Amino acid sequence: MRIVVCIKQVPDSAEVRINPETNTLIRDGVPTIINPYDMHALEAGIQLREQAGGKVTVLTMGPPQAEIALREAIAMGADEAVLLTDRAFAGSDTWATAYALSKAISLLGADIILCGKQAIDGDTAQVGPEIAEFMDIPHISYIRKFVEVTADRLVVQRLMDDGFDVMEASVPALFTVVKELNVPRLPSLKGKMAAKKAGIRKMTAFDLGMAEGDLGLKGSPTQVKNIFAPESKKNRRMLEGTPEEKLDTLLKELVGLKCI
Amino acid sequence: MYIKVKREICTGCEACVQSCPYDAIVINDGKAEITELCQLCRACLSICPEGAISEVREVSDSRETAQGRGVWIVAEQREGKIAGVSLELLGAGRRLAERLGTEVAAVLFGGTDYDAGELVRWGADRVFLCADQFMRPFNDEPYAALLSMLIEEQKPEIVLTGATPIGRSFFPRVAARLRAGLTADCTSLEIDNETGNLLQIRPAFGGNIMATIFCPHVRPQMATVRPRVMKRGAYDESRTGEIVKVGIDSILSRTRVIETVKEVSEMAINLQDANIIVAGGRGMGGEKGFMLLYELADVLGASVAASRAAVDEGWIPYRHQVGQTGKTVSPRLYIACGISGAVQHLVGMQSSDVIVAINKNSDAPIFSAATYGIVGDAGEIVPMLTRKIKEARGI
Repeated sequence: MRIVVCIKQVPDSAEVRINPETNTLIRDGVPTIINPYDMHALEAGIQLREQAGGKVTVLTMGPPQAEIALREAIAMGADEAVLLTDRAFAGSDTWATAYALSKAISLLGADIILCGKQAIDGDTAQVGPEIAEFMDIPHISYIRKFVEVTADRLVVQRLMDDGFDVMEASVPALFTVVKELNVPRLPSLKGKMAAKKAGIRKMTAFDLGMAEGDLGLKGSPTQVKNIFAPESKKNRRMLEGTPEEKLDTLLKELVGLKCI
Repeated sequence: MYIKVKREICTGCEACVQSCPYDAIVINDGKAEITELCQLCRACLSICPEGAISEVREVSDSRETAQGRGVWIVAEQREGKIAGVSLELLGAGRRLAERLGTEVAAVLFGGTDYDAGELVRWGADRVFLCADQFMRPFNDEPYAALLSMLIEEQKPEIVLTGATPIGRSFFPRVAARLRAGLTADCTSLEIDNETGNLLQIRPAFGGNIMATIFCPHVRPQMATVRPRVMKRGAYDESRTGEIVKVGIDSILSRTRVIETVKEVSEMAINLQDANIIVAGGRGMGGEKGFMLLYELADVLGASVAASRAAVDEGWIPYRHQVGQTGKTVSPRLYIACGISGAVQHLVGMQSSDVIVAINKNSDAPIFSAATYGIVGDAGEIVPMLTRKIKEARGI
């Protein structure tokens, strides 16, 4: 089974802030990590390989430094790593990102493609399903369990708001996964050694045979107009009176805001 | 497009270096320099106190804008029940359509004639209805295929749906197929006065930053919108509209829903998707204190969360933990009870829409993040709150 896991190197978003006075990002000392959801996709890929045999290829698009994330993935147990890196990819939105990734996956060949549910920097959850569409293969989102895996068919559980759906997909297919699926393993010593030695295959827009109009900002239907700090809670209100009065005021406010 | 620094103006103050989320600006010979790491996010443009950073547009950047007309709301049903967010979007869609001088149409897959009528009464001028039972369970491929077909045929200007598990899964396929711009999880939608473009405002980086996204050249402009941020329009019993029936003769699917399983208790611990969260910290005093939180959560239909302190004490399992080493949540309402509000907790919940803090200590940092603060013993206030809500609802 040829398994491709798409990962993204992201700033640890819990620590990214904006300075409301200057509207600048405060990113002092913000570490970069493998997107947490992608760790679960990677673990799923390794488990599928252990079950069904085959090879796990980990794929990312990013600046040359993204190589660090790929080596971490190899340390966890991925067999090989591919980095799409090219100045021409800069400014890609999800459309252009997914298009480039789909071109690379087509070149690599894949039976199963795994992605995290979403990345914690953009939170869009779009790249996975878009890759599937570009490759003309089915996808199922929010996988919380692989129930049955055979060479031509998978049965999975898809997490929904009110429970889950049991679903079936033909192979090849793409799946995005949620944290409930598994617990990512720690890298082994052997894995760490392999990660040090591993050659990372690099691909450029030219290698993917992509047209200029499909790349980066030009290939992106959406653009960022501006960024700003979320409205601060300047309207904070300390409620006064007896406990009873405080709660009456609170309930009135919450009903007014349609919170309850 | 690319970003350029005018070296003769740059003072080397490093403000831009600090502002760049991608580490793409370095100081070289006392002047800022954009490196190949630049993702063209433009965060630096407004930062430079000297105005030395600008974007340079190339001829090929300007494409002819495709035309489109009408605002579409893709309604959602799960086992026949129309999602609340669909009705909210009809309200938002009407507002946008009025600004643009156009009509609002709804799209409904797997629903009934009655449901379509309801969408009209909630504000749709027209409803594209596919009543086929095959479309009743949510399945990405047929949903994406049929919606793409309808959009190509009718060419709407704007297409919106809820940022629910359903909308967030199949809308990207449609956007990919149509080469349309798609913005996820919007919390506000506006029309640009000059260009008529849809301005789509959404949180990023876990809600720590807001971004305005637009789609200058192509139509339709697609977006998913968070539930409970838009207001429903007025329900009008007498409203009439056109219902257009659509079929699915030529649509195939390589995935299939075998079974749908309801699992409410799982949902209750699925904090990230919760609309209301009741959270407790050390101030709840123990497992008994947490029982009070479960009772309040029960009347509110809320999920229960905890600070790390309470989890470390063993009062509640780790999967309920919110904060830097737990989950990040942004519900509509977060009620923090007996939580002092260490920054590690705040980063996990401060993007909640409304935050109520209940704490004995009036100096507790949790109050700095709160929308409403109540100084008092959570052990006394929480049961009182539960009782009041029960009374108000006549339970």
